[in-house]
Amino acid sequence: MPDWKRCCIVIPAYNEESSVAAVVKGLRTAGFSRVLVVDDGSRDRTAESAERAGAAVLRHSLNRGLGGALATGIQAALRTNAEYIITCDADGQHAVEDVERVAGALASGEADAVIGSRLLRPGGMPLIRRAGNMGLNVITFALFGIWVTDSQSGLRGFTRSAAEKLRIESNRMEVSSEIIHEIRRNRLRFKEVPIRAIYTDYSLAHGQSHLNAANILLKLMLKKLLR
Amino acid sequence: MALLEILAGAFALFAMSRVFLRAKERKISIAETAFWVLVWVGMLVILLVPEASSFIAKPLGIGRGLDLAFSAGLVVLFYLLFRLYVKVDAMERDITSLVRQEALRGMKK
Repeated sequence: MPDWKRCCIVIPAYNEESSVAAVVKGLRTAGFSRVLVVDDGSRDRTAESAERAGAAVLRHSLNRGLGGALATGIQAALRTNAEYIITCDADGQHAVEDVERVAGALASGEADAVIGSRLLRPGGMPLIRRAGNMGLNVITFALFGIWVTDSQSGLRGFTRSAAEKLRIESNRMEVSSEIIHEIRRNRLRFKEVPIRAIYTDYSLAHGQSHLNAANILLKLMLKKLLR
Repeated sequence: MALLEILAGAFALFAMSRVFLRAKERKISIAETAFWVLVWVGMLVILLVPEASSFIAKPLGIGRGLDLAFSAGLVVLFYLLFRLYVKVDAMERDITSLVRQEALRGMKK
């Protein structure tokens, strides 16, 4: 079993009490001993559940959204001696082998930033989701000039020096595209690795709604305008 | 005088009283007070002397005073909306940064 001691897994979680423990346990069993869950103001027992499964838990007293929680987790990871920081969803849609694949790509020195793409190897993702995703990829490209096959993926990895350069300001879902922009802005060496999307009824119910793409677009455009 | 004019006039006076109240409590700055007083006085003037608006509208290439009021109102509304958006956005960021600091303080090394 590989030793991922210098690797910190950051999991933003909002009302994920039923899935977060299994995610944490799966990662720890695979050798990722440092799992950090950011409980983003959940109203259920997400924090307790994650803690019992062996994760370190940080709590947001108010719900701030995906972006807010991710940035908190990355900052916290940077306060430790972690060499690699990997973000992962709490709903169980990422397979542990895929987290390992992202960690491996970082450890081999191929890239400073790695994104696990659910679309390099399609299948598994429902068609309507694939369409919504494609739309956001096009928007991300138009606004930020970088083409990725899965701009909304929650499985990403950064080397420490790359994570230090990220400036994350978005509070909500638009953070995914913002991170792509940051990769581009900092000229990080970037790689996409194919991953599998495990869609359970649960993770489908928890994901972004299809209409959310419009909302993300508006936020991204305003961000572009205001800066 | 039409009923609408009386109602609108009464509302303008009421709104102005609120402006003065806020100014007295120092909740809004002098510049803001002046702006709002100007808005409501402008409305009163247009209500009482409708020709006054045409007087301004004509040179601008807008036919009627009422049209001017509508277009100006739209512009002002959009501007206020934009300002509101920027403010709320800044506030959201501040809240996030507070929540984050609090969360990180609880971090075990």
